[in-house]
Amino acid sequence: MSDELFRLTIHQAAGLLRRREITSVELTQAVLERIYAVDNAVRAYLSLMPEAALERAAAADCALAAADDPASLPALLGIPLAIKDVILVEGAPTTCGSKMLEDFVSPFEATVIGKLRAAGAVLLGKTNTDEFAMGSSTENSAFVATRNPWDLSRVPGGSSGGSAAAVAADECLAALGSDTGGSVRQPAALCGVVGIKPTYGRVSRYGLTAFASSLDQIGCLTKDVTDAALLLHAIAGHDPLDSTSMDAPIPDYAAALGLARSETGQSYEARSETGQSFGALGLARSETGQSYETSVALAGLRPSQPLHGLRVGVPREYFIDGMQPEVEQAVRAAIDALVSLGAELREISLPHTQYALPVYYLIAPAEASANLARYDGVRYGLRHPDAQTMWEGFKLSRGAGFGPEVKRRIMLGAYALSAGYYDAYYLKAQQVRTLLKRDFDLAFQQVDVIAAPVSPTTAFRVGEKADDPMSMYLADVFTLSLNLAGNCGLSVPCGFDLQGLPIGLQLIGPAFGEAAILRAAYAYEQATDWRARRPVVGERWPVNGKRRTVNGKR
Amino acid sequence: MHLSTADVEHIAELAKLALTLEEIEQYRRQLSDILEHFETLKQVDTSSVPPTASVLPLRTVMRADVVRPSLPTDDALANAPDREDGFFRVRAVFGEE
Repeated sequence: MSDELFRLTIHQAAGLLRRREITSVELTQAVLERIYAVDNAVRAYLSLMPEAALERAAAADCALAAADDPASLPALLGIPLAIKDVILVEGAPTTCGSKMLEDFVSPFEATVIGKLRAAGAVLLGKTNTDEFAMGSSTENSAFVATRNPWDLSRVPGGSSGGSAAAVAADECLAALGSDTGGSVRQPAALCGVVGIKPTYGRVSRYGLTAFASSLDQIGCLTKDVTDAALLLHAIAGHDPLDSTSMDAPIPDYAAALGLARSETGQSYEARSETGQSFGALGLARSETGQSYETSVALAGLRPSQPLHGLRVGVPREYFIDGMQPEVEQAVRAAIDALVSLGAELREISLPHTQYALPVYYLIAPAEASANLARYDGVRYGLRHPDAQTMWEGFKLSRGAGFGPEVKRRIMLGAYALSAGYYDAYYLKAQQVRTLLKRDFDLAFQQVDVIAAPVSPTTAFRVGEKADDPMSMYLADVFTLSLNLAGNCGLSVPCGFDLQGLPIGLQLIGPAFGEAAILRAAYAYEQATDWRARRPVVGERWPVNGKRRTVNGKR
Repeated sequence: MHLSTADVEHIAELAKLALTLEEIEQYRRQLSDILEHFETLKQVDTSSVPPTASVLPLRTVMRADVVRPSLPTDDALANAPDREDGFFRVRAVFGEE
């Protein structure tokens, strides 16, 4: 067991920690050793903070040892996590994958990081990203191209590719990412892990580097659905420091996993009677495959019909010519599985889907061109040494600090907002955005959850799309509508293509419908065994010194 | 949509980006190509459709006007490329010539 601790999920580790079968220091050390063993191949991390991580792990062990009732402790206590390098961790670098911020050290901390600290989580380091989260492959990082643990010649997806690869390669127990047009869900699908993009307003974005402010949302990348529920619960909630965060109740997502729509509260209460106040910790008790039947039986449902009464919509516009045949087959088979679990299928239409891509690639760059105006080489970031005047300094610093895709999007956005083109591009895109949102609003009058593919293909090869921005943009064709409409969505593994590359099922919910999509994903996950297949990463690669070792705030 | 070199230079000026001649030509081609794909938006009748800037049902959120601790000056200046006496140091707004 001891040499395989890095393979644990959050809920498995939480159970072992509470039963004092392992310590957080042992767990953290095992994950750090795993990083040292495989990350020169995967290249998921941009910086590590091993000393701070082990100090926090030791503190978690003290709290666990001192607790009279370990089950009452936060689920994330002593759990080693990775953070996408667009989220500020005080005292640690935040590069956003950009030369512009190569030397930037965060002077303050994101609200989500404060919440993770309060829950006792251990922060391992910062993961690679496409520059300023702009991209679908993590190749746009100014520092290194992260590789897909399933096939090191392929991309992990993006822009949260470092976080997805780190979770898939067991280089952390779970990770935070950010999703502006699919940047959590698409890499989760391509790396065979679970990724959830919460509703816009569900999670505070204070301390998340702004890309497109009407679309950005922090999300979770995890090894299974239970962990997604636990991590989301820990970071969700209103924040006075983010005026776009909503003061909406936070469901106990982990408890909701076993519930039918009509059975509100019952499963959770039933499990509580067995003395387990936390749904996930209850699941950790029985890793022999019994937990699912147990929780469903306690909910008073037939084990084979956990989704009884759930209405699942299948949008015809999400099955298009040109998508990889194995992806369509796997997603259709997953939808059949939802039916066999009791869900009721409805064909639906989201008629404006074909316009989502142009709408997104006008609105997101327009907002980015405004947000990235702050990088002027004055208060922080790269400053070009040759300039004589202020304006020349701005231009030279930005020209040298930003990479090709960031410049491309700033240009596209500045054009869409410029005099003479504003109405034809930016305003038009905002109007069609209204129609996209109406499509979803109408659909969610008929269904509870929408099922669709995440990505039209499995992981592509490094370099394959690097010189063709339009073909790279098409990688997001099934994910970006949600951000435009303000829905929540997740990716859950649903099979493999002929080359053994993972495929993701996307489950989409209405605003603040996270509990419903998590519940459907959990039932599907428990009825299948895709999770049993893990990537074999070339271990013991030669260590080189490229990654930075730093130490953030303890 | 076909962008000219002058169009690209104008956008680069608006965006305050110093570009090389190669970049200008590359972005001219790529942005023309991307905008060409986006012509499909013109097919959609939006004559009576209001724009959506944000999906949230929130209006302007106010907070109490109460003084709170803020980032100390040294911390705010810690990442500055150039500073002096507790200030950011900038280049001359107008040239010396």
